[in-house]
Amino acid sequence: MIIQALAFYLFAAITVASAFMVIASRNPVHSVLFLILAFFNAAGLFVLMGAEFLAMILVIVYVGAVAVLFLFVVMMLDINFVELRQGFLQYLPIGGLVGAILLIELALVLGSWAVAPAAQQVAMDPIPPIEDVTNTHALGAVLYTKYIYLFQGAGLILLVAMIGAIVLTLRSRPGVRRQNIAEQVSRRREDAVAIKKVEPGQGI
Amino acid sequence: MTIGLGHYLTVAAILFTLGIIGIFLNRKNVIVILMSIELMLLAVNINLVAFSTHLQDLVGQVFALFVLTVAAGEAAIGLAILVVYFRNRGTIAVEDINLMKG
Amino acid sequence: MTIYHLIVFLPLLAAIVAGFFGRRIGDAASMAATCIAVGIGAILSWVALYQVVGQGNVVTVKVLDWIDSGSFSVDWALKIDQLTAVMLVVVNTVSALVHIYSVGYMSHDPSRPRFFAYLSLFTFAMLMLVTADNFVQLYMGWEGVGLASYLLIGFWFHKPSANAAAIKAFVVNRVGDFGFALGIMTLFFATGSVSFETVFAAAPDLAGKTFNFLGGEWDILTVATFLLFLGAMGKSAQLGLHTWLPDAMEGPTPVSALIHAATMVTAGVFMVARCSPLFEYAPDTLAFVTVIGASTAFFAATVGLAQNDIKRVIAYSTCSQLGYMFFALGVSAYPAAIFHLFTHAFFKALLFLGAGSVIHAVDGEQDMRKMGGLWKHIKITYAMMWIGSLALAGLPFFAGYYSKDMILEAAFAAGSGVGQYAFVLGMAAAILTAFYSWRLLFMTFHGEPRADHHVMEHVHESPWVMLVPLFVLAAGALFAGVAFAPGMIGHHWQEFWGNSIVILPDHKAMEAAHDVPLWVKLGPIVVGLVGIFVAWIAYIRDTGLPARAVKQHQVLYQFLLNKWYFDEIYDFLFVRPAMWLGRLFWKGGDGKIIDGLGPDGFAATVVRLAKRASILQSGYVYHYAFAMLVGVAALVTYFFTVMGH
Repeated sequence: MIIQALAFYLFAAITVASAFMVIASRNPVHSVLFLILAFFNAAGLFVLMGAEFLAMILVIVYVGAVAVLFLFVVMMLDINFVELRQGFLQYLPIGGLVGAILLIELALVLGSWAVAPAAQQVAMDPIPPIEDVTNTHALGAVLYTKYIYLFQGAGLILLVAMIGAIVLTLRSRPGVRRQNIAEQVSRRREDAVAIKKVEPGQGI
Repeated sequence: MTIGLGHYLTVAAILFTLGIIGIFLNRKNVIVILMSIELMLLAVNINLVAFSTHLQDLVGQVFALFVLTVAAGEAAIGLAILVVYFRNRGTIAVEDINLMKG
Repeated sequence: MTIYHLIVFLPLLAAIVAGFFGRRIGDAASMAATCIAVGIGAILSWVALYQVVGQGNVVTVKVLDWIDSGSFSVDWALKIDQLTAVMLVVVNTVSALVHIYSVGYMSHDPSRPRFFAYLSLFTFAMLMLVTADNFVQLYMGWEGVGLASYLLIGFWFHKPSANAAAIKAFVVNRVGDFGFALGIMTLFFATGSVSFETVFAAAPDLAGKTFNFLGGEWDILTVATFLLFLGAMGKSAQLGLHTWLPDAMEGPTPVSALIHAATMVTAGVFMVARCSPLFEYAPDTLAFVTVIGASTAFFAATVGLAQNDIKRVIAYSTCSQLGYMFFALGVSAYPAAIFHLFTHAFFKALLFLGAGSVIHAVDGEQDMRKMGGLWKHIKITYAMMWIGSLALAGLPFFAGYYSKDMILEAAFAAGSGVGQYAFVLGMAAAILTAFYSWRLLFMTFHGEPRADHHVMEHVHESPWVMLVPLFVLAAGALFAGVAFAPGMIGHHWQEFWGNSIVILPDHKAMEAAHDVPLWVKLGPIVVGLVGIFVAWIAYIRDTGLPARAVKQHQVLYQFLLNKWYFDEIYDFLFVRPAMWLGRLFWKGGDGKIIDGLGPDGFAATVVRLAKRASILQSGYVYHYAFAMLVGVAALVTYFFTVMGH
């Protein structure tokens, strides 16, 4: 029990601290690295909550793909980040105010919330006891049956996102020689070879 | 010393607020704004998972999965736009983007 | 259908034909239509005069029920009595002659159908006025002639001065017309009717009655007649409201002859004579009429001395003669006034048309300083102008002699203070009249030609279509006096006028005028001759005299040349404050308040709000992000504060 609490506090503290550093650090590269750290710790929190599959997804998808994508972009673009940070503190008061208001309100929610007693009875997909079925198994059991269309929809979203990203960033560079297989295959003798009769002593 | 739902919600609330503040602070830097959005989505995911655990209902985790998908797509598209924009303008300062103004 | 219908409605028909179809039927047909219509009217008018005066056929011909609203009912009827018959003759005769004359005078004008339509419209309106059976009809004719006058003064609308003169005439008349309308309302208030018959019948009972207005007790008839007379002052260009008449000379000369000499300007005289049953019971108003008339006669004559525009001289002379008519009315010598109106119509129209003939001859020049020596070239016109001037000056056996003499004698015989005032000023005006008439003659026809030889070579006599009307008018100027004097103003004037003119027994000017001392009878002739003689000295024998006189009396000359500075005073007193007020209402009331709060204000508010809104719509993504986040915060707050409880 105590270990669980300690682990929670550790993960939570590191998550919050690195999230703070994400928005506060001067260098976006550092921001991305802190973001990765935050995700790792959030994954730890997920594990603590018993959502191992999501934790692993978080690590693989977020840390492995998204955050690295961020990292690539940040490092690839030749940007003067110092310039971008100008006026950083200019909006601190209003940002802090809005944030503080929200935080206070969320805290108030926390102070007075209560789960309706009937909530557990209306659960749509009760989690089976962990002794019988693993979390991943249970998730798969509902995801591929009950939520199959939504799952396919999510896949479509990702596909569209992928196509979109490719279309957006693709550019045809003139002057770059590429292999055109269709052209190669459809090439005929008449197109490629011309026979000329060369008179002696004249050349072409 | 039991860690309950409230603890997770507190962490999520703090993360969410940090995301908001991040958007306000880094108004010039789209990349950090995108990261802030990721933070906020993470906070949402923590909430979903926490409730899922508390209520013993898998739907929360399923939903978190979808949120992850959308977040990933959003990040990909956002960064792609960013790259195209940078290619055209040579900067990513959102301050200069007001083409949406009629 | 009587001849009266024909007399009144033929000109209207002609006006409609020429006005609406003039372009289709052509110039010649329009001119023929109007001339024939008015010509028939003129001939029938003489028939009517014979029927009414000779046979005593006083009738009222109803045309239609006009207004029937509650207790207020007005018929449209033609009241044909002696007064109307005389006016019909004057109006239609002069109008017909002017129509014919205009055929020649306007021969080069591109829009003749319009001109003739206006002329006929004017004739119709004037006939409506003189045949009126009630005050409303009178008012309609009154406004109708004002409208036609406005249209004709501004006939050459491409001339800014003509437009200004037309507007001036209309606005100044409006001042008088307002009084006139108030007068009619007062009478309606007092008698409950606007019919002449009812109102006149009620007049003796109303005499001395008062009504309460603004805390004061006012004599009804005095107030009513005074207000009516205000209308007459405007229409007949009496002192104070006279300023439009000289400017009205911007119109074509035939118009000046018809409207601003013979007919419309005498409408005031006619109206006062028509309302003699009312004026007779309002001695204060009569005194006022006398003073105004006499003052106008003298004032206009003095101004006439210094004018150089040939038409303006005659215009001021008209003004002056109208003054004569009014003080004749003021001393209760209504027949004398109408008789002078009658003769004046002939000789003043003659003078105007003669002046038109001169202007026609010298290529549109109106300044007498650029004429001179014309008599050899246009002898017929010269002779006509002589006849007109002799009649105007009141030399024996010409028409003006009878009427003017009678007026002066009546003024003398009235035996009242104002009568004496009128007599003295009338005599003074007579001498001035003779002087400026012959000044005009001498400057125009005698002496060395002052026009350049180019113009002089082209001086030509007018065509016969213009000369024949002159002959007819000259005949009128020669014989109208001697023929009609015994009937109209003789001892038995009452037989001629019948019941159309009412004079109380104790107003004895008409009778007493026949028994004045010899010097009074001869006075006008003598002063006329003196005036002519002085003019002869100044403009024939010693041509340097006028210049010397002007140099000696520079202030007086400027005073006269600038028409006693009336225009300037009015400009200062009324025009500028009105402009200022108008500007205030325009800029302040209309521009700032109505437009500012109304259409423009709404538009501006929308624009302003849209601007504010478009500040929000900055196009910066992060602004939208801010807005969203602030919205989230606000929404949560809302849930807490409102939904939470």
